Amino acid sequence: MIALVKRPEPSRVFSLAAPLLAVLATMVFGGLLFAVLGKDPIEAIATIFWEPLFGEFAFFYRPQLLIKGAPLVLIAIGLSLGFKAGIWNIGAEGQYIMGALFGAGAGLAFYPLESAFIFPLMVLAGAFGGWVWAMIPAVLKVKFGTNEILVSLMLVYVAEQFLASMSLGLLRNPEGMGFPGSRNLQQYSSAHNADLIAGSGMHWGVVVALIAVIFAYVLLARHRLGFAIRVTGEAPRAAAFSGINPARLVLFCLGMSGLLAGLAGMFEVSGPAGQVTIDFNVGYGFTAIIVAFLGRLHPVGILLAGLLMALTYIGGDIAQSKMGLPAAAIQVFQGMLLFFLLALDLFTNYRLQFKRAEAV
Amino acid sequence: MDLSAINPVLFIAGFFVAATPLIFAAIGELVVEKTGVLNLGVEGMMITGAICGFAVAVETESPLLGFAAAALGGALLSTLFAFLTQVMLANQVASGLALTLFGLGFSALLGQSYAGMKPPRLEDVDFGPLGDIPVIGPVFFSHDIIVYLGLGIVIAVWAVLKFSRAGLILRAVGENHDAAHALGFKVKRVRALAIMFGGACAGVGGAYISLIRVPQWTEGMTAGIGWIALALVVFASWRAFRVLLGAYLFGGLVQLQLNLQGAGVAIPVEYLAMSPYVITIVVLVFLSRSRSAAPGSLGRIFHASS
Repeated sequence: MIALVKRPEPSRVFSLAAPLLAVLATMVFGGLLFAVLGKDPIEAIATIFWEPLFGEFAFFYRPQLLIKGAPLVLIAIGLSLGFKAGIWNIGAEGQYIMGALFGAGAGLAFYPLESAFIFPLMVLAGAFGGWVWAMIPAVLKVKFGTNEILVSLMLVYVAEQFLASMSLGLLRNPEGMGFPGSRNLQQYSSAHNADLIAGSGMHWGVVVALIAVIFAYVLLARHRLGFAIRVTGEAPRAAAFSGINPARLVLFCLGMSGLLAGLAGMFEVSGPAGQVTIDFNVGYGFTAIIVAFLGRLHPVGILLAGLLMALTYIGGDIAQSKMGLPAAAIQVFQGMLLFFLLALDLFTNYRLQFKRAEAV
Repeated sequence: MDLSAINPVLFIAGFFVAATPLIFAAIGELVVEKTGVLNLGVEGMMITGAICGFAVAVETESPLLGFAAAALGGALLSTLFAFLTQVMLANQVASGLALTLFGLGFSALLGQSYAGMKPPRLEDVDFGPLGDIPVIGPVFFSHDIIVYLGLGIVIAVWAVLKFSRAGLILRAVGENHDAAHALGFKVKRVRALAIMFGGACAGVGGAYISLIRVPQWTEGMTAGIGWIALALVVFASWRAFRVLLGAYLFGGLVQLQLNLQGAGVAIPVEYLAMSPYVITIVVLVFLSRSRSAAPGSLGRIFHASS
């Protein structure tokens, strides 16, 4: 008979091994899925994981890794702070959109003025947009005890409608010949979030993402607030006794994750995306949830997980154009990864014990 | 703007159609939460039900078989959640989110070849002369069987929870799983069954959207209804008949919003379209002050350690 026995302490080895095993299991089962779809599984997996890094056109895809990874890491870092404390912001997609709208709006308000102040102002506006949008569930939770999961998610749909309204109305390019969408910020040099080294994919968003990783690491490892976050998540009763203010924690965690998601949106709209359009958001806010868990809610882990997830996006695109693999297959693939991770996590806290059935 | 274009009888009759997906999803989730499990995967199970139902209905040309397949699809997906949370003791919030993310991708994958198709029509139930009564006939007696099935399930859930031994066990597991375990009830088995029931209900609710309310298949077509159903359970403070009330209120608002769009009110379409979500938030704010109605063990992981 097999029994589950709780480990006295979470296993460090398994805590590191679980994400790797989950990736392996996802490759195997993802391969099966691709085989069912009539594609060569080995080729598909190789296209997704190998081609972008070492393939013939790797020089083109490698910068993409930074471009796609930066928003994922930025959002996931913010989410992980809350997740650690049991505060669930799952509306990062909405905060990302609002950050982009505020940021782009601030920049476009000055068009065609060229000034060094415009871009920093846009950064502030983007951060503010995401922060405000996350403060709605935060304040409602603190004041009325409203469930932050549901409110933050509802606000994603509100933000999407708002985005549609903005790109068809207020922010529409007056010289766009009636097409929806704003002016292209890439052609407005004061507002353009250009590559810091041309062609490297290294834009300001990447720099900020790296800063966020370091900031989160220091916060969690060294700062009192980080300690409060960890205690609240692991032992809520102990946290209450030690005088940690839960309301302040909710405001900080949700506010911070909104701020970072807003920044991610702002850097995306002023750089790689270029303009506000109806379908500007591509689900980074939701994928970041997977990134946060895959990275074990640890800043360094999230950095690696963000790069891996960016790889599946890029590899997925290649597989789509080269092998005709449907875009949704990659979404399934990413979902699968989260399943395996959650399942394998069991062995971090429990171990299997084999014993003979006892006579009753 | 021409409000007289709105036909009041059809408008009220539309309540039932708009509310049915919510009723199914919410009553299923209510049972799940009554056993102390929070399944945030409703949206994923609904959209999976929507495509399973749509595909089978198109292939077999039988809408009823479609609904059966939707229930099966939703239940199968929820089994995955049951495995993760009951066997692998995974965090319920994270597992629910995983289910939704996976369901959205999986349904998009299955549904590729079904975009733009028309599903077979499900006939309305024939009530004979009842259907000819002015006003009352079209409002109450002109719907398909699924609408009435939804009402039936709500009544059945209410009765089982209130009067039967099974309902008592179910509530005991949800209120205090350690006590229920000590009494010899199989906590995990009860929960797994409830999760599958919830999955089947969510699946039917999703299929009602793709087969009857829209009726068409598009990616991500449930558009947050699964999440609204979760809010509805809170709104109903875990009582079956309040789910019904909430679903009709909400269905009515959605219906009003669509009718206003059709009548060309001077409010931009986008702002009308965001109103259901805003209203859900407002309702949540008003109802959140009394959390005492929530099952005692809601969201907690159960592991029998000897």
